[in-house]
Amino acid sequence: MQVTIIIEKKPGVLDPQAQAINQALSSLGFDDLQDVKMGKQITVSIDTDDEERARYRAAKMCEALLANTVIETYTIEINEPS
Amino acid sequence: MRVAIIVFPGSNCDRDMMVAVEALTGRRPALIWHKQSYLDPVDLAIIPGGFSFGDYLRCGALAAHAPVMNALHDHAARGGAILGVCNGFQILLESGLLPGFLAQNKTLKFVCKQTNLSVEGNAICELTKSLDINERLHIPVAHNEGNYFADAETLDSLESNGQVVLRYAKDETGVSDNPNGSANDIAGICAANGRILGMMPHPERAMGAGHKSADGKKLLQSIFEAIIT
Repeated sequence: MQVTIIIEKKPGVLDPQAQAINQALSSLGFDDLQDVKMGKQITVSIDTDDEERARYRAAKMCEALLANTVIETYTIEINEPS
Repeated sequence: MRVAIIVFPGSNCDRDMMVAVEALTGRRPALIWHKQSYLDPVDLAIIPGGFSFGDYLRCGALAAHAPVMNALHDHAARGGAILGVCNGFQILLESGLLPGFLAQNKTLKFVCKQTNLSVEGNAICELTKSLDINERLHIPVAHNEGNYFADAETLDSLESNGQVVLRYAKDETGVSDNPNGSANDIAGICAANGRILGMMPHPERAMGAGHKSADGKKLLQSIFEAIIT
């Protein structure tokens, strides 16, 4: 089962890259831009057909390594089989 | 004086640190490859600077799970002394041996320069207790992720426990020499037991004799004095 993990900065954590992107988009004339967030997407394949099990294992991976929960949050999405 | 320097793929300050330690102690430290799962008894373990595992995922994140880190956790649990410099500091944070996180520099630029540091008067760090708190230290930094971050509660407890050891110093006009946006101008912190020190500036690059400063030598000397006594 394929799982997509999205890792983002927690609200309130300074994200200089997102700020730089925000400024660049504003200077390109996107004056309706309200906010920019930048994160990481990691796709993992887990050997199970059980969605709950896949979510559980992906969360374990996030806690163990993929996210630093001091500054980051993670969300887990199950990919529909293609 | 038995010193071990932990080496990861991508460490690049291990040799400079080895030369610095040998110059001060007269004994060559052991270089320990990260795959080694044990650590012979040592008085001080040093995690040097560099780009362990290419800084993939997050700086220090992959190194924090290398086999040698279990041995380092055991060493820490016995009250063993540890110094982490730059990437070594990042690894100490990722492995949970020190609290907080080193985010990307506020300027989005790699910064490589001499910095002025102040030594905190109330610091509980046993390793730096012989440093003169009225003196400014001039030690260079070289990093892209040195912007210390912790939540308000952690910062408060670091400050009130005396775990902030080094700060980027303020000049006469009150302007801080903070090169990276670090919270509270933090350049180095220690663990609650005062035996683990993590710092962004590179003391091994301020050893006199061709370097711009000899203040790194003072800092390392204070660590060796603390360990002997």
